[in-house]
Amino acid sequence: MDLITGTEINYYFVCKHKLWLFTHGINMEHNSDYVDIGKSLHENSFQREDKEILLDGRVKIDFIKNQLEIHETKKSKAIEEATKYQVLYYIYYLKMKGVDKVTGVIHYMDNHSKEEISLSEENENEIKEIIEEIYKIKLMNKPPTKVQSKICTKCSYYELCFS
Amino acid sequence: MKRSIYVNTNGRLSRKDNTIYLESETYGKKPIPVNNIQEIFLFGEVDLNTKAINFLAQNNITLHVFNYYGYYTGSFYPREHLPSGFLLVKQVEKYKDNEERLKVAKEFINSASHNILKNVKYYSNRKEGLDEYVKKIEAERENIKDVKNINELMGIEGRIRNIYYSAFEIIIDGKYDFKNRTMNPPDNPINAMISFGNSMMYSSVLSEIYNTQLNPTISYLHEPGERRFSLSLDISEIFKPIIIDRIIFTLINQRMIREEHFDQDLSMCYLNDKGRLIFEKEFDEKLKTIIKHPKLNKSVSYKRLIRLECYKLIKHIIDEEEYEGLKMWW
Ligand code: SF4
Repeated sequence: MDLITGTEINYYFVCKHKLWLFTHGINMEHNSDYVDIGKSLHENSFQREDKEILLDGRVKIDFIKNQLEIHETKKSKAIEEATKYQVLYYIYYLKMKGVDKVTGVIHYMDNHSKEEISLSEENENEIKEIIEEIYKIKLMNKPPTKVQSKICTKCSYYELCFS
Repeated sequence: MKRSIYVNTNGRLSRKDNTIYLESETYGKKPIPVNNIQEIFLFGEVDLNTKAINFLAQNNITLHVFNYYGYYTGSFYPREHLPSGFLLVKQVEKYKDNEERLKVAKEFINSASHNILKNVKYYSNRKEGLDEYVKKIEAERENIKDVKNINELMGIEGRIRNIYYSAFEIIIDGKYDFKNRTMNPPDNPINAMISFGNSMMYSSVLSEIYNTQLNPTISYLHEPGERRFSLSLDISEIFKPIIIDRIIFTLINQRMIREEHFDQDLSMCYLNDKGRLIFEKEFDEKLKTIIKHPKLNKSVSYKRLIRLECYKLIKHIIDEEEYEGLKMWW
């Protein structure tokens, strides 16, 4: 099976319909300049001499402090949770690669607060379950139902979903 | 929304650094902002090299070429930039299953003829004698749901078109002698405009398809390969009455286009440079026309409606929602 990307973890929380479309190659044109963070992570292969890698202009991995940073504006609960699990997934992924004890920080730019994230055993099991669920969704013949919430109007699939 | 560029002068398209330039005697060397354009229509005699073509491809720009008479020659359709193997397989499956294919094909004709009817009805409020055409078209439309194969469907389509074209005489107040639709080559001004307009429509739809995962060569109503990008023909059916025919009626009825805008050559008739410019301008404006979309709850352009049609087709192909073609609601 293909490796799960951070984007897929993110979409899993935001909207499973979106996740399905995305994993079936149905993308919107010029999907902003959103580079797949997961993909960049894999390609950069965590060279330790890179003190800092800025991925997608959003994720800062600082290997000196073994910390992974994401800068995010709070948009909605769903998106907040999606970001959190995306970070947890990276930490989990790095752990699998033998890079241990990484922690994450999400900086919320709108109110200057931050959230520290580390991977508990419970999180790790959750992540494993989520990965399984994502594989299941990828195997579905047609997309799961739409979320139909207010996040839709900002989603790049909006016109596809509601035309 | 990305723009369409119409090149009507002779000259040269070239790439320099990150820009495409159009060099012509009339306008000198002018940059074309690539990040802002979706397609280029070439009407003039234009030189271009692979460097320019590669650059257009990089920027996902389609290029449509027309010859001296305004006949469509072909398109440069760059390598797919949004491929989905999954969708391609499903698109083929829907074609191979006769029942499924017929379902989609019927919906194309159903929507196209709805839009045709809408045009005739619009004019029947203003002009005498169109009611009988409305009735005839309505009667033909009734049969769509019962057809058993594509041939029968094409038969209905042909008959509706004939009734529709004979209504043209009334719609345009007999300003032109227009008896039969002849295509190759067109022999009168109306035919010339229909031919030209239809190829503009076809190219524009093709550019929209390019920006989706649909494969333009797999079609449902037309036989794949009837023209290379036959899906573009399918989708054009829906938009021809809404866009092209309306343009023709307006141009004639408002006397924006006149005899002097056509050239007659032996047995053929075509729009001359001036005439083509008038048509292009109307076409461009029409595609930019904005209307409120009831489901999206926002305003979209006519051009965007073509893209939405592609999206609806995608949803049908992935078995998410039955395809329901655009039926003019305004
Ligand atoms: S528009 Fe809404 S339902 Fe559709 S993919 Fe986006 S979030 Fe999901």
